[in-house]
Amino acid sequence: MKIEAIHFGEGENDSEDRELRFDTCQSLWNQIKLETEQIQEDLNKQLLDNLVSFLRRSHSDFQEKKTEWTCRMKSREIPTAALVLGVNVTDHDLTFRNLSEALRNNITPYIALLEAKDCPGVKNLMQKLMGQLMNCSTDVVSLEDEDSVQVSQNRIRCSMNSLIDWYKSVTKKTDSETLSKKRTSSSRHQQSPPVVVIFKDMESFTTKVLQDFIVISSQHIRELPLVLIFGIATSPMIIHSLLPHSVSSLLCIELFQSLSCKEHLSTVIDKLLLTSRFPFKLGEKVLQVLINIFLYHDFSVWNFIKGFQLCIVEHFYSQPLSVLCCQRADAKKRVNSLSHDQCENIRRLPSFRRYVERQEAEKQIALLTADNFLKETTQKLLEDLHVYHENYVSVLRCLHVFTCSLPKYPLGKQIRELHCACLENQVWETEDYESFLQLARMLNKSDLETMLQQCVEILVSSSGNEFDKAIGKLKEFLTQFHKLEAEAFQEQDVSVSSQKELQKKTDLYHLQKTLLELKDSRRSKKLTKFEMLRFEVVDYIDSLVRNYLVPADHKTLHEIVYFNTASVLRGHLNAAPRIALHTALNNPYSYLKNEALKSDGGSISNKAPDICIVYKLHLECGRLINLVDWLEAFSTVVTAVEGPNADAASSDQVDDIIHARFIRAVSELELLGFIKPSKQKTDHVARLTWGGC
Amino acid sequence: MPNLEHPAYPAATLLQLESLVPCRESQVSLLLSIFGERQHFSFPSIFIYGHTSSGKTYVMQTLLSTLQLPHVFVNCMECFTSRLLLEEILTQLQSCSPETEQTSQVPCDTFNDFVRLFKQAVATQELRDQTLYIVLDRAEQLREMEANILPAFLRLQELTDRNVTVVLLSEIVWELFRPNTGCFEPFTLYFPDYSIGHLQKILSQNHPPEYSADFYSAYINILLGVFYMVCRDLKELQHLAALNFSKYCEPVARGEANERDSRKLWKNIEPHLKKAMQTVYLREISSSQWEHLQHDDGEPGQLKGLSAHTHVELPYYSKFLLIAAYLASYNPVRTDKRFFLKIYWTENILFLLLAILYSIVDNRVAPTANIFSQITSLVTLQLLSTVGHNDQLDGPRYKCTVSLDFIRAVAR
Repeated sequence: MKIEAIHFGEGENDSEDRELRFDTCQSLWNQIKLETEQIQEDLNKQLLDNLVSFLRRSHSDFQEKKTEWTCRMKSREIPTAALVLGVNVTDHDLTFRNLSEALRNNITPYIALLEAKDCPGVKNLMQKLMGQLMNCSTDVVSLEDEDSVQVSQNRIRCSMNSLIDWYKSVTKKTDSETLSKKRTSSSRHQQSPPVVVIFKDMESFTTKVLQDFIVISSQHIRELPLVLIFGIATSPMIIHSLLPHSVSSLLCIELFQSLSCKEHLSTVIDKLLLTSRFPFKLGEKVLQVLINIFLYHDFSVWNFIKGFQLCIVEHFYSQPLSVLCCQRADAKKRVNSLSHDQCENIRRLPSFRRYVERQEAEKQIALLTADNFLKETTQKLLEDLHVYHENYVSVLRCLHVFTCSLPKYPLGKQIRELHCACLENQVWETEDYESFLQLARMLNKSDLETMLQQCVEILVSSSGNEFDKAIGKLKEFLTQFHKLEAEAFQEQDVSVSSQKELQKKTDLYHLQKTLLELKDSRRSKKLTKFEMLRFEVVDYIDSLVRNYLVPADHKTLHEIVYFNTASVLRGHLNAAPRIALHTALNNPYSYLKNEALKSDGGSISNKAPDICIVYKLHLECGRLINLVDWLEAFSTVVTAVEGPNADAASSDQVDDIIHARFIRAVSELELLGFIKPSKQKTDHVARLTWGGC
Repeated sequence: MPNLEHPAYPAATLLQLESLVPCRESQVSLLLSIFGERQHFSFPSIFIYGHTSSGKTYVMQTLLSTLQLPHVFVNCMECFTSRLLLEEILTQLQSCSPETEQTSQVPCDTFNDFVRLFKQAVATQELRDQTLYIVLDRAEQLREMEANILPAFLRLQELTDRNVTVVLLSEIVWELFRPNTGCFEPFTLYFPDYSIGHLQKILSQNHPPEYSADFYSAYINILLGVFYMVCRDLKELQHLAALNFSKYCEPVARGEANERDSRKLWKNIEPHLKKAMQTVYLREISSSQWEHLQHDDGEPGQLKGLSAHTHVELPYYSKFLLIAAYLASYNPVRTDKRFFLKIYWTENILFLLLAILYSIVDNRVAPTANIFSQITSLVTLQLLSTVGHNDQLDGPRYKCTVSLDFIRAVAR
């Protein structure tokens, strides 16, 4: 992130702490970056471990039991890992980087990463491959013989044989090295480490290149222990569609699947947003924009994190009070050293104004006039906000325990959906919440018990300390459920006895009568103890929700930590070039901010730039535009500028200058792709766009 | 069975050769008579063709090395340029004659250079007295090199004026090689496919040391019974035989059956082989995974094959884009005209695609940059492909490359 502090609030005086804001922003981002890297590493760990052990196995089998009969008889296949990574191609680079690092540390120094765009033919592939392999070997050999390696590399022919020669010389060298060093440092690699070739984007490789390469290398597998890794974005079926059986039978393919990107996103949201570790928060709309881009467009977690970073930068840049968006202890100190201007900024916050209005008259005056009193109050309010966060997250998780196991997921299956719903407005007023309560009142006992148990665990592990009472209450519910179990036996006895009675009655009249009675009693049945208890539990959860899951924008000073300007974000991340172009040409005021251009609706202002006039005129035309008519209309609009007095001078001859301006504007429009010359009619151009945008 | 006979070679060597090339005796004896004695000039070029794993390469290699004839063996697949091919031949030649000291790579760009350097290389007494054989495996690759390479190799004897014979090995017939301009016609020799009897004989030859030849031969018989219908590739069959043999031996190892209990053994192995045909033969699961399963006695059902993972998860709009592209690619023009008349005349498939997209998505879609970049991502995933030039910015055309089944799965 290369933003200079100077840009934070440029042109304003330093009373808005722009340097401090910049530093806070930087340190916050660094923390988050570390955290995301950690998450990435944890999530990939399983996959990488599996791959590493696969690679370790791949060639060792043959080295160990070379003489065994089966090994002699089996055709030696090339070990191949099919690595299914999902369609989010932008995230793959990171995975491959981690992968090659892990391999370099554990298995082999000889790794080549190939991309389809570099390998249109086998020749290019071999060149690329040898270039990468031989470079990486220079890391291994010591400095003094680097020169000789450099020289030979230039002359070396790109064939499999020279690759094998290279491999032999390199392994011999390391062997002698390890012997002389008595196997000290470099023994972490195997005796003859495999050569790993990674095809980053399997789909884009041409069939011929892949086939030829596989056929060639399979002939030399005994001399060159090659391992292939296919990076697959779609499905492993692609292997069969790219390679015919005669080629795929040369491979020993094992499948590895990375975590789905949706799960990855859930983890990221869980660790970055649903935590009180980071002071910075995303507002509902902003979060929705980011999630929508993820779900609707790219599935890329990396883009999501970049979007998150943009939010941070934008927030610290545009909100002067973001200086207070830091850890609790720092915030207290910073409040004390706020300048007067900043205090005024606080007073201008809508949420703070609402807060003031709720106060008594004297307090209102104090808040609006005395900076010191304001600072004290701010400290308290910030503290409140922090406590609110801690509680919010815990209760949200509890609520999620309930919602995620109900049929049809009334409030969303994922916790992020629930989070958005709670941020948006008071969740208990929505219809979905209503249906959630109804469904919750129908839960069976064992489910309810496990859920309560989970809630207790969440609350116990939460950092907030307001939950002692809640925990006590939930535990009490649990014990009551246990008691019920004992009582349930008695109830069963009762029902059994009535059943017995039913069996005794033999004559039809009595049977009918008792059956009716039973039905009646069932209809107006009193609630059982379990049902009563269930109501209580649900009501209690409801009260927790109403207490703690208040939307953030109801909280005073939420503007300091919440970034909520979704429109800015949308403009940056989800650009709509055609709409922007249309707006610029149709309503130049929106960009030029020239008062003269402020037009009211359909009329064409004559002060607008030529291209805008030409554009507006062309919107009224059909498929083919007559250039002469267009010029006439243009000239009419333009000459109207000079007012009625120019009218007299007007002739049917168009002014040369206007003609030139028209031609320039039209060619600009052609450059932008709105029109193109047409061969169907002379002096006509074809329109290329339709609709408003 | 014709015993190999040739006055030029000792009978013991011939006998050894015969044992090494089972079921190919007639071809070998024909080749021997063409080759003649060591110092005789042979036919300038010989073209040998036959299906995959009909023993072309193996027979040539065994023949030349057993009789210790001077030869060069090059795989044309590996030498993807003519320069590599020619240099490779020269390098191998150098190692053929022990007298010349190891010199470094000689650059050889054209066939003219090659002829000159070739003459130098075979100047030694030893090579001059004998026929030198240059075997070009996978000769079909020669057709993709410069036009002069193939005709020149065919008459190398004449061009160099040396005792040399070029042998071309290929899987396709000579008719597909013959250049338009005409060339020297080589002697063509066909290697027929091995019959089931041949396969049985060859495969049974290499029995494991722990078990008797008869036992293994019975196993091969069962194996061929299952696989002969789908696979006649000797290498593949040998591989499959090695993979599944331990399962066949299981009842014997456990003491439940003896080696002659063929019915019991058959009952044990037959379903197993059928399963192998559906999985490991198609490379749905890898051979090492298969061995693992066998070892642990697990059910192959637990391990999903490659084809089981057909589901591709796509972003919301990508799904619709793909469906739109499918419709745009396969909808008949008539209905297109009816539904999307307004834009049809533009002939611009991108517009058509977007028009369909707008009409199949429920809510309004803003034509954002993300939508456009998604089209490109779909191209990189090979779900769409560009038609025409890649760099044509004005009016790019796309074609949907996925099947109806795939679209159905996406649309669900």
